[in-house]
Amino acid sequence: MAGAKQVLLTPLFEDNPIALQILGVCSALAVTTQLSVTLVMCVALTLVTAFSNLFISMIRNHMPSSIRIIVQMTIIASLVIAVDQFLQAFAFEISKNLSVFVGLIITNCIVMGRAEAFAMKNPPGISFLDGIGNGMGYSIVLISVACIRELFGSGSLLGYEILPLIENGGWYQGNGLMLLSPSAFFIIGFLIWGLRSVRKEQIEVREFRIAPQSKNEGAF
Amino acid sequence: MSSKDSISRTLLVAFCLCVVCSIIVSGTAVILKPLQDANRVLDRNKNILSAAGMFDSATNSNEDVEMIFSQFTPRIVDLHTGEFLDDAQLEELQIDINNYDQRLVINDANYSEAIERQQDVASIKRRAIYPMVYVMEEAGEIDTIVVPVSGYGLWGILYGFLALEGDGNTVKGLAFYELKETPGLGAEVRNPRWMALWPGKQVYGDNGDVRLRVVKGAGSGIYQVDGLSGATLTSRGVDNLIQYWLGDDGFGPLLADIRNSGGGE
Repeated sequence: MAGAKQVLLTPLFEDNPIALQILGVCSALAVTTQLSVTLVMCVALTLVTAFSNLFISMIRNHMPSSIRIIVQMTIIASLVIAVDQFLQAFAFEISKNLSVFVGLIITNCIVMGRAEAFAMKNPPGISFLDGIGNGMGYSIVLISVACIRELFGSGSLLGYEILPLIENGGWYQGNGLMLLSPSAFFIIGFLIWGLRSVRKEQIEVREFRIAPQSKNEGAF
Repeated sequence: MSSKDSISRTLLVAFCLCVVCSIIVSGTAVILKPLQDANRVLDRNKNILSAAGMFDSATNSNEDVEMIFSQFTPRIVDLHTGEFLDDAQLEELQIDINNYDQRLVINDANYSEAIERQQDVASIKRRAIYPMVYVMEEAGEIDTIVVPVSGYGLWGILYGFLALEGDGNTVKGLAFYELKETPGLGAEVRNPRWMALWPGKQVYGDNGDVRLRVVKGAGSGIYQVDGLSGATLTSRGVDNLIQYWLGDDGFGPLLADIRNSGGGE
């Protein structure tokens, strides 16, 4: 199987879960208004992906195929609840900001996708690394989006003022769109465009061509 | 390996998995509960203090909260009579003041009630009949009273505390501890700059009506607070909750008593 370094590094740019596989976009929209919140979310997701990969890989040879998905979900959900409890105990402020999104890691397609695609077929060690790698690939995109959104939306990074806002006596007018979820759509779109311009091999072959508009008479 | 997929094997795996996972989940929940509860209490107390202008995250640390907060005494108010409940009444109602949380009894018919639609200015649908307020006394007179407020903003209910001076009329501060408003727009109600607009404002006019409003444009004078730009609905929500909780259905009667008893003036 693939070497450890490759498993760890391919998901960063070559096979990024958000940019290439377009998985886990929902949380990328929701938790990227503030960089500090994003960082916690990234750590949480990376840990959950890594450990769910590890545990699922450990029992992969004993897993009856008929209840495979449910077993995976149970393991993932337990891990997510544990992470949520830890956040509430040790990072209360941030867990308040993340609110439901920690719980929604359960439904994050990256976790499930890696469990099904990688951990079911590979030994525990390499599966764990695959989880870390994909978590980092997710983190890279989220952190870039959060930097852009917090910098241009609130004029700060990690809460430290970079562009002084007019409201606070500075010169920068905060961009309200950056604080709303749709802006993350645009930013992720531009990131994917940029990535695919550099790495042309990521451009997908068209699966079909849209037929030209047929005239009304032709439809009947 | 067909034995892996046999029914008995499937049931065995499912059972073992459930046991292990439930131990992990309940284990973390039970072990971490004391820490989480402490965090929640700390967070609430910190917000009460910051409403009263007695906590500044720049100069005070979490360790200070307990010490400063000990100056406050929790009291329970009966919203129907507008008076504080004494120990005998609390016993009769089976309220343990140290373990009482008005937000946990919100669906208990003994301790809460639905609000008539016409009266529900703050759009909160239900309220606790016996909310807990926090009083700081100095030389037998009320120096500061902190009341809980809540009201619907744009995306959900905002929960916060409003602190008033001993005259029952002058605002000491307003702090929200839970909200779902848009970060950077509605959630700016937690921006210290906006919160700094509140202290010193007056609530009641000469005939006892609530005159304090959140207004659009340049709010001026002692009865007006400048609304947040880009957050009209959140500002309106804050305005509504002020009208409701300081009005006759809310803490109005209690505060009228405090005003008339001449505290502070």
